[in-house]
Amino acid sequence: MKKVFFYLSLILVLLYCSGPVLWQIITSLKPDSELTIIPPLLPLRPTAAHYLTIIKQQAFLKIMFNSAAVATSTTMLSIVIGSLAAFGLAKLRVRYKSFILGFILSVSMFPPIATVSPLYIIIRSLGLRDTLTALIITYTTFSLPLSIWILTNFFREIPDEIYLAAKVDGCSPFQIFHRIMLPLALPGIFTAAILVFIFSWNEFLFALTFTSTSAARTIPVAIALFPGMHEIPWGDIAAASIIVTVPLILMVFAFQKRIIEGLTSGAIKG
Amino acid sequence: MSGIIFRDVTKNFKKVEVVKKLGLAIEDGEFFTFVGPSGCGKSTILNMIAGLEPVTGGEILFDNKVVNDLSPRERDVAMVFQSYALYPHMSVYENIAFPLRMKKVSQEEIDGEVLRIAELLGLRDLLKRRPKELSGGQRQRVALGRAIIRKPKVFLMDEPLSNLDARLRIEMRAELKRLHQELKITTVYVTHDQAEAMSLSGRIAVLNEGVVQQCDVPNEVYRKPANVFVGEFIGSPPMNFVKGKVLSAKPLKIQSNEITISPLLDHMPEERDVLIGIRPEDVRITAERSDNSIEVTVQLFEPAGSFDWVDFIWNGTKIKGISGMETDIPAGSRAFGTFPLDKVVVFDAVSGKRI
Repeated sequence: MKKVFFYLSLILVLLYCSGPVLWQIITSLKPDSELTIIPPLLPLRPTAAHYLTIIKQQAFLKIMFNSAAVATSTTMLSIVIGSLAAFGLAKLRVRYKSFILGFILSVSMFPPIATVSPLYIIIRSLGLRDTLTALIITYTTFSLPLSIWILTNFFREIPDEIYLAAKVDGCSPFQIFHRIMLPLALPGIFTAAILVFIFSWNEFLFALTFTSTSAARTIPVAIALFPGMHEIPWGDIAAASIIVTVPLILMVFAFQKRIIEGLTSGAIKG
Repeated sequence: MSGIIFRDVTKNFKKVEVVKKLGLAIEDGEFFTFVGPSGCGKSTILNMIAGLEPVTGGEILFDNKVVNDLSPRERDVAMVFQSYALYPHMSVYENIAFPLRMKKVSQEEIDGEVLRIAELLGLRDLLKRRPKELSGGQRQRVALGRAIIRKPKVFLMDEPLSNLDARLRIEMRAELKRLHQELKITTVYVTHDQAEAMSLSGRIAVLNEGVVQQCDVPNEVYRKPANVFVGEFIGSPPMNFVKGKVLSAKPLKIQSNEITISPLLDHMPEERDVLIGIRPEDVRITAERSDNSIEVTVQLFEPAGSFDWVDFIWNGTKIKGISGMETDIPAGSRAFGTFPLDKVVVFDAVSGKRI
């Protein structure tokens, strides 16, 4: 009985969470004539027409590529810089550690809408308008606090004695970082990487402001700009959303195991 | 291999002085132990030797060369940590090989050395395992292997046995001693366990609050503790102390609890008030009265196998002694205690120093 209740509530929560996604999937499969009518809830004659429209668009492939390039570069930059900073803050002798960490966090507290205009002016004067570089730089700035915080906590959990042992064994600080600390903090690295990737993949405001053509446009902006002159192509929008969400879901599933894996177990007693 | 000299080494953490004017010489090839209660500064001393903590004042010398400004790598020391600190993402083989990899030794040489060490420590069949697949004793061996593979100048051990269960601890203790006799590398050992310190070391230094109380061979420290602290800390159960008063200096007569004794002392007592120390195993409790025995009341009775510990009250002072197995002295009964005069140590009651 208890088990039945458990699974029942589990299914309810799952349905609640995945509701919008399911709705999106249903919409993307409905022919245009059925889009705004309920019932039927499920498409009577499912169609792949919306998907075909999206894939046939040259610009959409370019935009997918833009998003992938921006998200991947941002993630890499954010992890490289973030892990170096986090290692220093967690293990090396640094003064005012908590002040530095607080200051870093405060960077991410400004609402993007407040910073977007000055940033736009900077980007324009640097001649970076409508380039991927502009987005990568901005996203890295805004995702660094997150990755530094996550990674600092992961590095802190690695026992100091392991760090000291590596030092006695003849490692330079950088060798300790990449031979000992980095492999041990892998779950943290993956966690931070996924969060940063999702953030850059989905970011809308900066992408909308800094880009004007499909040269550097990313997916959220492109989808928002879908609406035509006479109608909103709900079916196409839904299909596009599904297509761009799939990579994210695949990535999370791929790394999930690594995140959960307790790599540090067995380092010290117990 | 090398000897270590401390010249007035001090260490402060913020405003707190944790090591005060440490002056010591550890000889080449010696097994030297710092023993003391937690917080006495013994681990800090070890970290200063390793180069993990800078000294606040004074100098540390290896082979008569000041090493204050050298990094752990340049000092060529190896260290075994209390938690073993194995690298969890590496196999046993890689853990042991790690210091050699850092020295850029060739793969063939590493192979040979790792196998030799694994043989020495009985780890041959475990080389492919990860640390988390090992028992506590095996992890301890891997940590030792990682330390000795480099043939360091100095071997540092920070309470390496304290995470093992009692039986394994005694086994590993013998192993450590055997290793030291085989390798003859200068070893500095830190522990709070006085029995471990006694059984392993060539010499021990008893530390309290950052000051060396006594530094000598284990037996000397045990037989002639420099002060009350050492007497209490070294030996288990701790030494008994009874208050006494000096009646006359020549001939020496000390009165304590209505008896008068005349022990042989190195110096003449300066003060009237003294503390008389006697080890529990030197106090014998019997049911029958004998010459020079004192009358006591038995309080507690703890069988220890080949003998029994007896807690008793003598004129209001609580004392621990031993009795033979055959004696029948239940708690609350009256009994008689004797102790040999030559085993008695006398301390100045004010300064706590041995007289």
